[in-house]
Amino acid sequence: MSPYEEVILDHWRNPRNKGRLSAPDLVGVEVNPLCGDAVRLELKVADGKVAEARFDGEGCAISQAAASLLTELVQGRSLAELKGLKEEEILSALGGVIETRRNCALLPLRALRRALAGKA
Amino acid sequence: MIEPLQVRRDFPIFHRPYGDRPLVYLDSAATSQKPLSVIEAEARFYREENANVRRGVYRLAHKATERYEDARRKIAEFIGASPAEVVFTRSTTEALNLLAFGLGETRIRRGDRVLVTNMEHHANLLPWQAVTQRKGAELLAVDITADGHLDLEDFQKKLGPGTKVVALVHVSNVLGTINPVAEMARAAHEAGAVVVVDAAQSVPHMPVSVAALGADALAFSGHKMLGPTGIGVLWAKRGLLEELPPFLLGGEMIREVWLERAVWADPPAKFEAGTPPIAQAVGLAAAVEYLLGLGMQAVWAHGQRLVGKALEALLHRDFVEIYGPTDPQKRGALVAFNLKGIHPHDVATLLDQEGICIRAGHHCAQPLHRRLGCSASCRASFYVYNTEEEVELFLAALDRVWEALR
Repeated sequence: MSPYEEVILDHWRNPRNKGRLSAPDLVGVEVNPLCGDAVRLELKVADGKVAEARFDGEGCAISQAAASLLTELVQGRSLAELKGLKEEEILSALGGVIETRRNCALLPLRALRRALAGKA
Repeated sequence: MIEPLQVRRDFPIFHRPYGDRPLVYLDSAATSQKPLSVIEAEARFYREENANVRRGVYRLAHKATERYEDARRKIAEFIGASPAEVVFTRSTTEALNLLAFGLGETRIRRGDRVLVTNMEHHANLLPWQAVTQRKGAELLAVDITADGHLDLEDFQKKLGPGTKVVALVHVSNVLGTINPVAEMARAAHEAGAVVVVDAAQSVPHMPVSVAALGADALAFSGHKMLGPTGIGVLWAKRGLLEELPPFLLGGEMIREVWLERAVWADPPAKFEAGTPPIAQAVGLAAAVEYLLGLGMQAVWAHGQRLVGKALEALLHRDFVEIYGPTDPQKRGALVAFNLKGIHPHDVATLLDQEGICIRAGHHCAQPLHRRLGCSASCRASFYVYNTEEEVELFLAALDRVWEALR
């Protein structure tokens, strides 16, 4: 019955890069006041590229899986490139997300955009 | 006794498939579905009788005004009130804002106290938060007990001579708790406080008589009781309506206007500035008619039957955490819960795949959820068109959600 693709369940049950960095260069926090989902994204930057990414947060399976996946997606990519990161890339990397829950899946991307804009 | 299968025939939305399944609608506490008679009453008004009220001298306007005032009489009678004490607003929220604003002008002074409860919907919290801040008064909340009742000792403790308003919910939209309004109103009156009741979850589901409740003011919404959106009802004692200043100013609420001053119309018109929700009042009267046809005692008994069945089954599942009283007799027709370790939105999304609509979130009661130690919950709520079979479908689907996500 699950509309949750295997990749979502996997990232939700086994989150990657969860936790905090000791000295992050960029931090972005985003919350959804409707359900209390919260994601904090921390980036370590070297030579204009993401050297390390961590997330912390709580909320539904989709938002937390998307945050976990995002920490893998940004790895090694330049900040300039990440500024243009499209919603579609995240949604398809998650194996597709049911329409009613896109907002949850895109919460970590909004946290990333805040981090890149220098707005914690 | 209500025969929900028969009732469902009157609701066009249940004649349509929801995706590839029948619609199992368990979110009536958010808004109820509408019977054909309500949809038709509103449409008929627009087709045949539409004009603005209280201003035209032509026959059509006269007819529209008559319909509007007939609706007021019907709704007043439904809650055992006099029509002069019934004000149409846009919502329960607007009615509560009107009361908070008005009482702030006439009663609440610096250092006074307003008493709410920990289980208020934001609509019966934020207006009081704003008025107490504006006036330099104090806002206190009656706490809840472990089993989701109001802590009446805490109520007595916080109720003092400086308490000018006690604002409380009749039936909690999260816990389902039925609060002892009459008993609390007596104590509040002894302390000299005005009693305001949020009846959004009670009036649609049980016989409510304003006299028996003993409150000074009460608010509820049309759309939760089979009626249209965009209309709410404020009932208040005549003396209080006379005391309170108008909340919105404009057309239709005046006796005389000069450039520099105005004399207000008598209540209820004093509180109905602008063109009111006329067709919606007509629709709400049809909803009241429909509910009376079923009988409010039967409506209540049906809700009890469904919530009792759901509650008993949920209590037997150790992966489910339930909020509020465990005795269905002490509950409205709703139950809020969580599956351990699973976010309510994930539960609701999976149930929706099986055609089952429940609410997930904080239900506009964040302080209550904080008090319960969670940020959100799932809520299933029942009404006259829900069947015992739907409760079983819901329970079976919930077990599958647990298997899928545990």
